[in-house]
Amino acid sequence: MGDLLNALAVAGKSALGFQAVFFALLAIGLNVHFGYTGLLNFGQIGFAMLGGFGIAISVTQWGLNFWVGVVVGLAAAVFLALLLGLPTLRLRADYLAIATIAAAEGLRLLFRSVSASPVTGGTRGLAGFNGAFISLAPWDTSRRYPILGTRWSGGELWVALVGWVLVALLCLLVWLLMRSPWGRVLKAIREDEDAVRALGKNVYLYKMQSLVLGGVMGALGGMVYVVATGAANPDQFQNANTFLAYTVLILGGSARVLGPVVGAVILLFVIQFADTGLRALIGNGVIPEGLLSATDVAQIRFVLVGLGLMLLLVFRPQGIFGDRREVMLDAR
Amino acid sequence: MRHPSARAGRTRDARGAIRSGPGTAASRVLLRLLLVLVAACGLAVLVPGTAGAEGEQVVGTLQTSRSGPIEGIEVTVATVDGDEVDTAETDDDGRFEVDLPGPGQYTVTIDADSLPDGVVITGEDSRTVTVDAGRRQPVQFGLNDGSQGAGGGNVEAVQLLVDGLRFGLLIAMCAVGLSLIFGTTGLTNFAHGELVTIGALFAWWVNTGLGVPIIPAAIIAMIGGAAFGALNELGLWRPLRRRGTGLVAALVVSIGLSLLLRYLIQIVYGGFSNPYTGLGTSRAVDYGLFRLTNQSLISIVISIVVLLLVALMLQRTKIGKAMRAVADNRDLAASSGINVNRVILVVWMMGGALAALGGVLLGLSDQVRWDMGFQLLLLMFAGVTLGGLGTAYGALVGSVIVGVFVQMSTLVIPSDVKYVGGLVLLIVILVIRPQGILGSRARIG
Repeated sequence: MGDLLNALAVAGKSALGFQAVFFALLAIGLNVHFGYTGLLNFGQIGFAMLGGFGIAISVTQWGLNFWVGVVVGLAAAVFLALLLGLPTLRLRADYLAIATIAAAEGLRLLFRSVSASPVTGGTRGLAGFNGAFISLAPWDTSRRYPILGTRWSGGELWVALVGWVLVALLCLLVWLLMRSPWGRVLKAIREDEDAVRALGKNVYLYKMQSLVLGGVMGALGGMVYVVATGAANPDQFQNANTFLAYTVLILGGSARVLGPVVGAVILLFVIQFADTGLRALIGNGVIPEGLLSATDVAQIRFVLVGLGLMLLLVFRPQGIFGDRREVMLDAR
Repeated sequence: MRHPSARAGRTRDARGAIRSGPGTAASRVLLRLLLVLVAACGLAVLVPGTAGAEGEQVVGTLQTSRSGPIEGIEVTVATVDGDEVDTAETDDDGRFEVDLPGPGQYTVTIDADSLPDGVVITGEDSRTVTVDAGRRQPVQFGLNDGSQGAGGGNVEAVQLLVDGLRFGLLIAMCAVGLSLIFGTTGLTNFAHGELVTIGALFAWWVNTGLGVPIIPAAIIAMIGGAAFGALNELGLWRPLRRRGTGLVAALVVSIGLSLLLRYLIQIVYGGFSNPYTGLGTSRAVDYGLFRLTNQSLISIVISIVVLLLVALMLQRTKIGKAMRAVADNRDLAASSGINVNRVILVVWMMGGALAALGGVLLGLSDQVRWDMGFQLLLLMFAGVTLGGLGTAYGALVGSVIVGVFVQMSTLVIPSDVKYVGGLVLLIVILVIRPQGILGSRARIG
């Protein structure tokens, strides 16, 4: 019983903590791309990695101010979006998908390579760049605070709070944008690109703006993640996380302003509960070590995500809150 | 693929798998699968008990392609604070194992001075590893025996060209299926990399678990791959087509399938690299301008023969013509009496078998790993896009170019970022000629 309560508490912490903020931000970006514009960005994690490393490299390697680092990260994400969008946005949807997943994986391989390690720290990554941000917290960050059965450090609490405020602001932005004429053009592109073109709109330009906007949101997610963990390591940015964010988006309901937020809270709770629960079962000896070891449990979340993604798309593509008519998941 | 430079470490004792026997291995796999499914249903029963921890170890192998396994090198393990735990010497297979007092961080150092002549360590001579409770932690040291250099009468560019050709043909074999599936069904199958991994793994299990020699094991793996391809089509994609699932939705479903399979494989198989057994010598033979191991030579020959057979089939046989017809225009093919569903099934089976064979060849040169297929998938995409999505011959030409480009690029860029070069090439192709070399403009939408 104690283990069960503990698993619930740990799952609750991750559903309210920076992990959920991270995936909510990635998914809000994907919502702009996929939900509203119909762009298939399979490399959102690459944008997040540029955001996170933008801060990490600026502060630790170049000795810049933390906030300059934020700007560097955002600028890097804009640059990546332009680089990927220029060749592929004129082509069919799956070309963007292939280019983005290749770019994200390529960037990760590049960042973890030996030749890049003087700048990125290679496989060891970088650490010690979040002090300036954590010290802004209005409470004592060296203490630990008991909340809902688990203990949060002051720093975690601060990052989570700022993160959720950021999520709220971006949701507001998305809501405002999508009811503006600009947002209506995006949705129209999703529905019928040729019709929009016939109306004299520059579809390419709108798609590019959407790609940049969503990519910047992904970069913000990466920043929250590295600031919360206090370390930036290329291997934290495995491409599977992009699809975890897709699952978050589709579970909550794509083309819905709050879909990504609801999806992030629910999905993070479920996978963390499965994770902690299984670890407890292994620790208790219910599941023998030979069958499933504690190190294997870390992979369970992606098995769940893969299964969830398939089931959702086959049986309920609109997710929890989505509108089936709006989720036109068909190819162009 | 194996670089000409040396590779060391991360090799699990393959005999460990034999010890547990094929029967128990299979039942363990089944049990684990069941367990994962139970976990996926969110079933959690919590019963108190005690944990049983095994001893922790660090293990590794020192070997290079030219010198073979290196014997008698002293390996020292210390805690991060500098207290020495134990020392060991590598055995005649180049392996070392050091028992640890418990989980934690350890520094593993090898004695660089005692390495044989011509072998040098690339990077540092010590590694710091974190060992979890009950784990045998593999430690990897990069060794260079100079075979990457232009010495010994070999011309580096020619050497890389031959290596690239081998790699490119291997990519082509996997990518022909990907391209034909795209051509006949419109599906960009992101789970194609897992067909490669499963083929390689299946062959590894037949090879080391059941003790079957590698060539019959590869043939069995191809049959398994074909069956798995058919299962994909019959169990998932045909029902989805019947439901009228859109192509983008199908794309995301294939991503889900890829994640599901990839991480199931990691759970069941583990994060190890394992070689096939019974391969004979891995020493490179000197052909004047370049050196090639016998395995690589056989790999090239097999790839060429198989690809020629595929081309012959596409060109001459009835089913091959039907495949091209369906890829060209599905409705027209259907109305001229071709059974489209049957053609698609054959394409899936062929794609599965070719991917499995490609996986075995990749495993020969690069060892068997849980994410080997996904790494290759991105290069397959690069090849298929370069050649033109949906055309079988385009996939072939494009993949060979990508393979050669990736290997040749190590002339100017470090070899650990060579895949990045392939991915950059992909983006450059999309800028210059999105329809690819053999593709038609109409396809790109």
